[in-house]
Amino acid sequence: MDNLANLLDGFANVVTPTNLLIALLGVTIGTAVGVLPGIGPAMTVALLLPVTYGMEPTQAFIMFAGIFYGGMYGGSTTSILLNTPGESSSVVTAIEGNKMAKAGRAAQALATAAIGSFVAGTIATLLLVVVTPPVVSFAISLGAPDYFALMLLAFVAVTAVLGASRVRGFASLLLGLVIGVVGIDQTGQQRLTLGIPQLADGIDVVVVAVGIFAVGEALWIAAHLRRRAAEVIPVGQPWMGRQDWQRSWKPWLRGTAFGFPFGAVPAGGAEIPTFLSYVTEKKLTKHPEEFGRGAIEGVAGPEAANNASAAGTLVPLLAIGLPTNATAAVMLAAFQQYGIQPGPLLFERESGLVWTLIASLFVGNLLLLVLNLPLAPAWAKLLRIPRPYLYAGIIFFASMGAYAVNASPFDLFLLLTIGLLGFGMRRFGLPILPLIVGVILGPRAELQGRRALQLSGGELHGLIGGWVSWSIYAIVAVVLLWPLVGRFVVRPLRGRLVTG
Amino acid sequence: MTVLVGYVPSPLGEAALRAAVEQARFRDEPVLVVNTSRGDAYVDPRFAQEADLERVVRELTAAGVPHSVRQLVRGRDTAEEIVDIVEAEDISLVVIGVRHRSAVGKLIMGSAAQEVLLRVRCPVLAVKAG
Repeated sequence: MDNLANLLDGFANVVTPTNLLIALLGVTIGTAVGVLPGIGPAMTVALLLPVTYGMEPTQAFIMFAGIFYGGMYGGSTTSILLNTPGESSSVVTAIEGNKMAKAGRAAQALATAAIGSFVAGTIATLLLVVVTPPVVSFAISLGAPDYFALMLLAFVAVTAVLGASRVRGFASLLLGLVIGVVGIDQTGQQRLTLGIPQLADGIDVVVVAVGIFAVGEALWIAAHLRRRAAEVIPVGQPWMGRQDWQRSWKPWLRGTAFGFPFGAVPAGGAEIPTFLSYVTEKKLTKHPEEFGRGAIEGVAGPEAANNASAAGTLVPLLAIGLPTNATAAVMLAAFQQYGIQPGPLLFERESGLVWTLIASLFVGNLLLLVLNLPLAPAWAKLLRIPRPYLYAGIIFFASMGAYAVNASPFDLFLLLTIGLLGFGMRRFGLPILPLIVGVILGPRAELQGRRALQLSGGELHGLIGGWVSWSIYAIVAVVLLWPLVGRFVVRPLRGRLVTG
Repeated sequence: MTVLVGYVPSPLGEAALRAAVEQARFRDEPVLVVNTSRGDAYVDPRFAQEADLERVVRELTAAGVPHSVRQLVRGRDTAEEIVDIVEAEDISLVVIGVRHRSAVGKLIMGSAAQEVLLRVRCPVLAVKAG
């Protein structure tokens, strides 16, 4: 068991006072941003990226992983106590969780969410350890055409599968791809630099991510500041009775089973598995009358699913270099900032970093349980912070981060411009994820596509390598054509069934 | 003339409300209940929810005092809102709740009670909880 030895080495690296402290810092920040609606782990990692330049890459990633996992924990607290999901992955939790809280069972809802998150996070991280090495050995066999196809699949999946409107999704993706191509390309041509010398190096991913997430959100909040304050349901120490345990453990395991695979496929994310888990629990429950009035299964399942999907997300990120959600996309950008190429070679070249990172996930998960179970009511107090103070701090960090990238004032103008773009996208309902994925994956996809074409001497058939890219293109075609299939095949069939 | 009471959903606010009812009866005047929030945080414990306001109205109705309730979420401090209402309308008395504050707390957050006490032009009745 080579991997087990590596993992144990990883644990040895994590359990140093400095690294434990950094992990604790990460999960604390992560829980805080998870609790606060509108501020997510993706924004936080982007904001903190410039701050971590002075750290070892390993330490930076221990912190980022803590933020990522912590965000998944924190989101449930506001869902349950406030009916305001802190994260999109906790939307489903609010359905039953808030009802439970209103019925005086907030303590049990918080407990099943925290313990379920811990159970799911631990199992899913174990799965990550088991699944990633085979995926890596598979990924090593992939060539440039296959990578190109995979990235196209990621583009199509984040735009067409997630979100309500495909047109908006593609608009956002194209904006991202356009921002991604700015600069001098591989042949030395200037693209979209508008004659501005500072643009020749391209637009830094950090500036884009911070501008879109942080500045865009701050402007949006500033434009929608006044609202009636919500009511927080008072709660004591989270705890669970015997019956709650009996009703929770199966949904936890089923939620994990939903979350992990969905996290691992492009565009899986946490939204779909949490919803599927909710629907399944509703079907399987022995207490159907409680659903809609606060059933504990409806909290346990989705909360387990969203933490499992967080672990699942790391499989394609580490093994192939393919981000499947916004936080993973920003973490990919972080790897690149440190000059580390995620992908199959990562496990060979940076074996120490990867296994330390994975070990830190186990440690972070345990810290989160300790941090969340007794302290959930304290976290809810964060919501009393007046938002002008909060966003003033965020804008400060954003400007500092954007300036720190190249120490050039030009980046601050860029930050503001991209922030306005982010505001406009929120105003017109354009999703943010496709843009970020476009900016980060676009140049990589171009590199792989170019490589594939160079190998074939510029012939287009070079883009279609072996069976892998064939099957990926088939999936892309199905995803793209699905609405047409729905209209011309499924609906007439259904119509015939109804009339016949 | 009207008795204005600054209401918050807490024992302090309830005490102020009771004092206001007493004063209104004594003076034979209506009560104006004011509850405000700057509305810039997700949660504001001083913002009265529907259920709180319903209870207030029930109490006032039971006491047989003519009353009106005004809830303001305009991004302004409670003290500013109360001072403005006193300037603009015919208010005979302002009733507010006061509590102990630490020096640091006052330094950072200011004191709404002190603002009201010093700035409104009519008499102020300061009530303590309990």
